[in-house]
Amino acid sequence: MTIDVRFRLRRGDFTLDIDLSLPEKGITALFGPSGCGKTTLLRAIAGLEGKCEGSLRIGNVPWQDERHFLPPHKRAVGYVFQEAGLFPHLSVRGNIAYGLNRVAKSERRISLERAVDLLDIGHLLERRPQHLSGGEAQRVAIARALAANPSLLLMDEPLAALDAARKREILPLLAALQRELSLPVLYVSHARDEIAQLADHLVLMEDGRVRASGALNSLFTRLDLGLSQGPETESVIEATVTGHDPEYALTYMDFPGGRFAVAHNGLPPGQKTRLQILARDVSLTLKRQHGTSILNIFPATVEEMRPDGPAQVTVRLLIGPVPVLARITRKSAVELGIEPGMSVHAQIKSVALLS
Amino acid sequence: MMPGSEDLAALLITLKLAALSTAILLLLGTPLAWWLGRSRWRYKFLLEAVIALPLVLPPTVLGFYLLILLGPNGPVGALMQGLGARPLAFTFPGLVIGSVFYSMPFVVQPLQTAFAAIGEKPLEAAATLRAAPWDRFLTVALPLARPGFLTAAVLGFAHTLGEFGVVLMIGGNIPGVTQVLSIAIYDHVEALEYAQAHWLSGGLLIFSFLLLLAVYALNRRFTGLRP
Repeated sequence: MTIDVRFRLRRGDFTLDIDLSLPEKGITALFGPSGCGKTTLLRAIAGLEGKCEGSLRIGNVPWQDERHFLPPHKRAVGYVFQEAGLFPHLSVRGNIAYGLNRVAKSERRISLERAVDLLDIGHLLERRPQHLSGGEAQRVAIARALAANPSLLLMDEPLAALDAARKREILPLLAALQRELSLPVLYVSHARDEIAQLADHLVLMEDGRVRASGALNSLFTRLDLGLSQGPETESVIEATVTGHDPEYALTYMDFPGGRFAVAHNGLPPGQKTRLQILARDVSLTLKRQHGTSILNIFPATVEEMRPDGPAQVTVRLLIGPVPVLARITRKSAVELGIEPGMSVHAQIKSVALLS
Repeated sequence: MMPGSEDLAALLITLKLAALSTAILLLLGTPLAWWLGRSRWRYKFLLEAVIALPLVLPPTVLGFYLLILLGPNGPVGALMQGLGARPLAFTFPGLVIGSVFYSMPFVVQPLQTAFAAIGEKPLEAAATLRAAPWDRFLTVALPLARPGFLTAAVLGFAHTLGEFGVVLMIGGNIPGVTQVLSIAIYDHVEALEYAQAHWLSGGLLIFSFLLLLAVYALNRRFTGLRP
């Protein structure tokens, strides 16, 4: 099942021209600089941009085509705005019940209690929105959108107005939400860390158009997109906890290219995790090194290389089927004679657990 | 000297006139103000200027034109006569029509400001929460515009209480039919009956003051609700 989006709309001298097919599960991030049309696209999907040329289909359900236009209140979306936008004349409970009350009883899958539990806001129910902090208000807004029992959740930079501490508090909730409810999410953001932590699928936007769309790591590791430049260049890998080594307090995590050993993290075997590997933490050797303190060494194939500044080169490797970026100096690349197609060993100095 | 039965009749007519005009103005003014507060029509200002006219026009001018319009020889009056009805000049319904025009800006302007202040955001949020346009209006726009409605109702009512020129022109001064309080006061003063004039004037002064006091106090409580 897919979400098929095709829009063409003009706002002044800005044109949004989109033709996309997105997975109907997981979190899809719309990523790009301000003014690239992310929000306009989200609003058009919700029907808030008025009648515009295009078509929209969520799985089997058409929301819009050449002849039909479903008004916003008939689209099963949940919309979380950048500012919480709670109704000031209603209590927190009244806000969350607002959408729920307008959904037919037979179509309710998420109850008010469930939404409240997921966002952990039971203690706020009788409060007025004026008496909530920014983080609390945003959690209520997310619960309100969920309680409307959407078949598609739209989130427009829901964390942008929050400070770093509040962000760290809500991000894991969003990730958990995704695991609990099989609800497709379109998540607009220009914060790379949020996307690395949350997104399964990535849509890169530029000037009202889609520059690239694909699985998160496949786009992060493409050398032609600009995502692979700069200090935060990274690969994001899904892995599963497979066991622990009590003697050395290590945790083993398997991914399609092999097995990571990291400092014990207490996660139960079977737990799915997301690992971040910074390109600058990956070095290359021609032969497998012995006598090194680095634990995570994998055989790899060089796929593609691209200079990054005068001194450095970014290398895309394949470890098994998984693309991983390495950043090495141009001098090393020349001296080792590294070129596409070569077999090397990737030494990964550090692995961070994102979720 | 205490006020007499004619004064009492004038008081009742005044209250009836003010209540009825305010009710009609809220009914007509709400959709008009909703549209004015949200429309981006480029010639909207023309309509806004027309509605604001009674703020600056001498009431006698407004009354004069209404008399011409509604009188037996005016277009509306002639039409009514043609339909077998009485012309509206010098009747209570005529008075109501005059008051509605006269007090229009006092009702429409606060409502328009209140609706415009809500902005698109709460209404869009309501739309994404499955609320149809009417539903959004009733459950979001009206509650959020509550301070505007209070101001509009009280200003409309109080302003109609005090009208003089329009009433005199279009309603005449028929005791028990179209004689309102402000004209009764004028008559008492003309007849040098200052005691009665004091009773009525003082009463009107205190009543109007209390009304406005209530509005400002209540609006202070409501302002915490602004989005």
